[in-house]
Amino acid sequence: MAATKAAIGLWRRLLALFGGLLGGLLGVAGARAADLPENKAEALIHSYSGGGVNAYGPAFLVRKSIFDKVSLTGTYYVDAVSNASIDVVTTASPYKETRHEFGLSADYVYRDAQITFGLMTSHEPDYVANTGSLDVTQEVFGGMTTVAFGFTRASDTVKKHNEPEFNDSANHWQYRLGLTQILTTRWLMSVNFEALSDDGYLASPYRVARVFGAAVPERTPRTRSGRAVKLRLVGDLGNRDATHLEYRYFSDTWDIKAHTAEIGYSRYFGENWLADSFFRYYTQTGALFYSDNAMSETLYVSRNRQLSTFNNMGLGAKLSYNLRRVPGRYDLKLNGSYEYTRFKFKDFTDLRDGSLYGYASSVIQVYLSATY
Amino acid sequence: MTAGRTLAVAAALAASLLGGCAMPTFPTIQPWVKPYERERLADPIMKLSRDALADKHFEHVRDVREGARGATGFQGGGCGCN
Repeated sequence: MAATKAAIGLWRRLLALFGGLLGGLLGVAGARAADLPENKAEALIHSYSGGGVNAYGPAFLVRKSIFDKVSLTGTYYVDAVSNASIDVVTTASPYKETRHEFGLSADYVYRDAQITFGLMTSHEPDYVANTGSLDVTQEVFGGMTTVAFGFTRASDTVKKHNEPEFNDSANHWQYRLGLTQILTTRWLMSVNFEALSDDGYLASPYRVARVFGAAVPERTPRTRSGRAVKLRLVGDLGNRDATHLEYRYFSDTWDIKAHTAEIGYSRYFGENWLADSFFRYYTQTGALFYSDNAMSETLYVSRNRQLSTFNNMGLGAKLSYNLRRVPGRYDLKLNGSYEYTRFKFKDFTDLRDGSLYGYASSVIQVYLSATY
Repeated sequence: MTAGRTLAVAAALAASLLGGCAMPTFPTIQPWVKPYERERLADPIMKLSRDALADKHFEHVRDVREGARGATGFQGGGCGCN
């Protein structure tokens, strides 16, 4: 009997302790309200060049708050692509096409929560994608912790040039969870997790695989599920400079396992300049059904080098200059960024000479950004 | 002594020991970085993403060339641009 009473007492104390901890974490929520994203406009010219592919175009973003409760964002993005990639030059003919993407989203703030609802549609001659998303972020623990969760649903229509009877579809689901934590007055970290699921036509109607040296249409599974987790640490180094460290692990049911690591450094120069630099390393293992040249007949076979074993290393820099600033009214910046990336494939050969394939790519962005 | 009885005695001993001793007082966790101490964290240099459009473009370039996706905080756009 005495033992029972003592055990009950212990449980009561443990419950009180747990309640105190939980109260400390959640009880302070509500002391302040989350802010809407600031009003912003961006006008961007982007360019990609690498592996025989050139893509360029403008992109625009405008965000404006209404009644201090809702913020609306509109985006327009153009990709004009001329493709003479290794796949195209060895098995097809170079082509040009343009993709147009329109996006509209609304942010709504209620107490310490921000709710974002977004719609996006992307059109190119042989591919249409429609996407809807819902994201919620909630500040807790006196604003030191931000919890986020979200969902994306996308539906694509896949067509093929010169074959009007070809018509297929693909569906995508994404579920994400995130947590951003202020660690000290100078450091913060974030953890993001995302589960991805796809079904439908997940191949390319143009790409061919090789089986016993002969070209055959690629055969890709119609389902795929993946998981990604990313850790990020950002720190103020105390001399008007900052650093960030990132790591992401990804794996999926096609047996692709990928690691991404990035380290970056940012620094102000004078009153008007901000420079960023980063180094990024990416490596992945190939999909189960990937083969450069299959030596047996299998249900699925692909020679999509995106599913092969490869790595890449990228070095990037960005420079921002304050063109004009009127405190309390607006702030206008001119930005330029450049990234050089080197791809090395481990099991994808260049059919022209039999050597392992590799290429370098460059990304350039020049844009104006304004807050008002 | 049966195994059940041994366990009961052990539980009673542990409970009376813990119950008899003063429980350590755990302080309630409070936010240790006050709002007025977050000036450095609010600087644009500390933002996870400063310019949404530019970051989204970089993400798109990677999404169509790498096998991995997700956990980046950006929405991908459907496209077969390989």
